[in-house]
Amino acid sequence: MDKKRDREWRRHRIQALWALLYNSYIMGFVHGKIYKGPLKNLCVPGLNCYSCPGALGACPIGSLQAVIGSWNFKFAFYVAGFLIFTGALVGRFVCGWLCPFGLIQDLLHKIPFPKKLKTFKGDKLLRKLKYVILAVFVILLPLFAVDVLGQGAPYFCKLICPAGTLEGGIPLVLLNKSMRSAIGWLYAWKNILLLATIFISIIIYRPFCKYICPLGAVYSVFNPISVFRYKVDEEKCTGCGACARACKMQVDPVRNTNHTECIRCGKCKSICPEGAITSGFWNRKDSSRQEKSR
Amino acid sequence: MRRLLSSRKAGIIIAVLGLAMIGYGLYRGEAAVVFTKAARICLECIGIG
Repeated sequence: MDKKRDREWRRHRIQALWALLYNSYIMGFVHGKIYKGPLKNLCVPGLNCYSCPGALGACPIGSLQAVIGSWNFKFAFYVAGFLIFTGALVGRFVCGWLCPFGLIQDLLHKIPFPKKLKTFKGDKLLRKLKYVILAVFVILLPLFAVDVLGQGAPYFCKLICPAGTLEGGIPLVLLNKSMRSAIGWLYAWKNILLLATIFISIIIYRPFCKYICPLGAVYSVFNPISVFRYKVDEEKCTGCGACARACKMQVDPVRNTNHTECIRCGKCKSICPEGAITSGFWNRKDSSRQEKSR
Repeated sequence: MRRLLSSRKAGIIIAVLGLAMIGYGLYRGEAAVVFTKAARICLECIGIG
């Protein structure tokens, strides 16, 4: 068990390293201002608000809305291409290993609570909500709900994203006097959403990733076809179900190895008593049972 | 088709397509829009605007 726990904490250390890498502009935290250098041209793979004082790169979801909502571009080849490239390479590995907001939810779920919920009635249906949020708040509203200049607002960031509140809103308001004087109902609303996300994360594993995150929705589409993938060795697998019971995203790797909900955290791999689950870019014999459940 | 999608070839082809889109987006000047947004405090993102 200790070995399995060690592996989980190794993943958390890697997640923390990425979070630090994304947000290593220390002077931003000192002065309450954001980084304005050339690295802001580049998107980072995980959900990380570009208005975080430490952020070095651009959030892909914020960038997508910015380009779609700009008056001169109505399709974001650059950001969409980045998402397609990342998704096709690793799929939701980003969610499990490279996303700072995923790490925060992972750690919150470690807080003891009398009744942790693994699943509930309507869980499966609610997982579709992230696709609706992607379509409506990230694409359609910035594209069509525009001002007189033809510019759309980043509606997902504005009305929903708790990562922006946590990483950008709270530090900037704390560090910047002029920001403090400008807060209003929207700030209150976003803080309520953040508090709700924090509380629910203690009870349910990664609720934001499961039900809300449009970035996870994009990457999930690529999970079954990504170059990096999981593989179950049919000869080794005894069908004991340990992997499915251990999965906090409620995926059964034996029935559907590269399921859209799999965040590639590796828990199934470490729990399998037969070592039947492997992952990588180059499995020689590809016998993954991807579509068995369909 | 199903076999192609379950193989790694599909992932590689789509990744290359993604790279081509990145290149075209850069050519169109989309990175400047990303930079303009990311290098200023996004008031909407932090719940002020």
